[in-house]
Amino acid sequence: MSAIVQFENVGLRYGLDSETLSDVSFSLASGGFYFLTGASGAGKTSLLKLLYLAQRPSRGVIRLFGEDVVTLPRKRLPGFRRRIGVVFQDFRLVPHLSVYDNIALPLRVNGMEEAEIDAPVSEMLNWVGLGDRGQARPATLSGGEQQRVAIARAVIGRPEILVADEPTGNVDADMARRLLTLFEALNRLGTTIVVATHDLPLIAQVGSAQMMKLDRGRLSDPTGSLRYPPKPQVNG
Amino acid sequence: MAGGDRRAAAAARHRLLPEGRVAGPMPWIIAIMMFLTVLSAAAGLGLGAAVKAMGADLAGRATVQIVEANAEQRDRLSDHIAQALQKVDYVRAVKPVPATTLADQIRPWLGQDAASGDLPIPALIDIELTPGQTDAKVDRLRRQLSAVSPKVRIEPHAAFLAPLAGLLSALGWLAGGIVLLMTLATGAVVVLAARAAHDSHRGTIDVLHLMGATDVQIARLFQRRIGLDALFGGALGFTVAMLVIVLLGARLLATGSEMLTAIQLPWTSWAILAALPVGGVLLATLAARWTVLRSLGRLL
Repeated sequence: MSAIVQFENVGLRYGLDSETLSDVSFSLASGGFYFLTGASGAGKTSLLKLLYLAQRPSRGVIRLFGEDVVTLPRKRLPGFRRRIGVVFQDFRLVPHLSVYDNIALPLRVNGMEEAEIDAPVSEMLNWVGLGDRGQARPATLSGGEQQRVAIARAVIGRPEILVADEPTGNVDADMARRLLTLFEALNRLGTTIVVATHDLPLIAQVGSAQMMKLDRGRLSDPTGSLRYPPKPQVNG
Repeated sequence: MAGGDRRAAAAARHRLLPEGRVAGPMPWIIAIMMFLTVLSAAAGLGLGAAVKAMGADLAGRATVQIVEANAEQRDRLSDHIAQALQKVDYVRAVKPVPATTLADQIRPWLGQDAASGDLPIPALIDIELTPGQTDAKVDRLRRQLSAVSPKVRIEPHAAFLAPLAGLLSALGWLAGGIVLLMTLATGAVVVLAARAAHDSHRGTIDVLHLMGATDVQIARLFQRRIGLDALFGGALGFTVAMLVIVLLGARLLATGSEMLTAIQLPWTSWAILAALPVGGVLLATLAARWTVLRSLGRLL
């Protein structure tokens, strides 16, 4: 499988603080399923922000879909973002839009014609079990329902990469299992999944997944298969 | 895309920002600014037209005064001068001012005795010169009339009305300056409103941005909203200003003053006034677009 994401010696520093991420290098294969784990404050969300192009690194190289996105002109970034679905930790649903319109957002941003929007949105609403809540406002939904809307919105555009930040943090064990099943189904369709979580039992449920672990901004590779073969060091 | 589908798409796009147009202060501020801008512009254009009309009217006009205390000699000299003037090729019209008209004009200051004949009032002859080189013609005429009698003087109308024309012209420029300042202030208000709207919808913008919406897609949402606010405010301010202008125009006409009724708006001026709200909407839309694009440009 080809690499869809490559980080090489990536560092991220906010202002004059010490580095939040240091020397992060890894490569994700297209169609893989990855968990990113680590304690709170380890840098999981920062790493995901680099991945979904909300942040540029302070140093290092990030390649997405084979292109260096660190030096990419700003005007080309929207095209890359449309290929990445994001489930935010705080959902970030648009409060004045209905569930239906929230889920349809990525399609509209992509310029899809209105007549073609209804079928995928309805399908997605049923897929996440909210077929009868299409006209509800996010504020009237439970945390778990909002989570599912956020996931539906992230996957409706059939992204090549799905990035989810603690997607099971607000749901019970049964719903967490169902969400994971959704991710696996999506993964089988070829989407590369990256899920940040510190729910280790959840990770154990996906046998084929690989795990990255962040510890104080540095990455370890417990499953041993993330890195490309290290380049030989050139000394002198 | 079919018409209905296009409308549905547009409606869906418009829903991305919460409704609430006309609820905020911006349309009302724009209405007030448009009201003041239209009034200032109308004043500037009206005064400009008045100065122009005054200049055209006065440029070729002069009054010949026969300053002779003896009424009999004054009348004789006046008749002689009037006949002489009619023979001058660059004098287009000669109109002796009747003694009764003169008496009527000075009666408010000198009372009924003004027409008694005891008061040595100069005889006046209004003349109209052929167009062009007024000053040179007046100088030539002055020399010729002085040769006839040292008691004959000539006063071009432009000379004694020049200060008034200057005042009107200055007021016209002042009105133009006010229009410019109001335009700048409107632009500044729109920039502030766009920034405030951008900040208050930051969450929605971030989501759209991270979904891959382009800066132009996001800016369009704001420019449409602010354009509609400006359209409402501009139309309201323009309508009220027009009512005021029409009412003031009726009042000016009612005075019967030749000078005040010279303050008229030709159709080109009405067209300029009508273009102001359109310009206001364009200015607001462009200012909103520029502001939002600048703010978005600071994001990755």
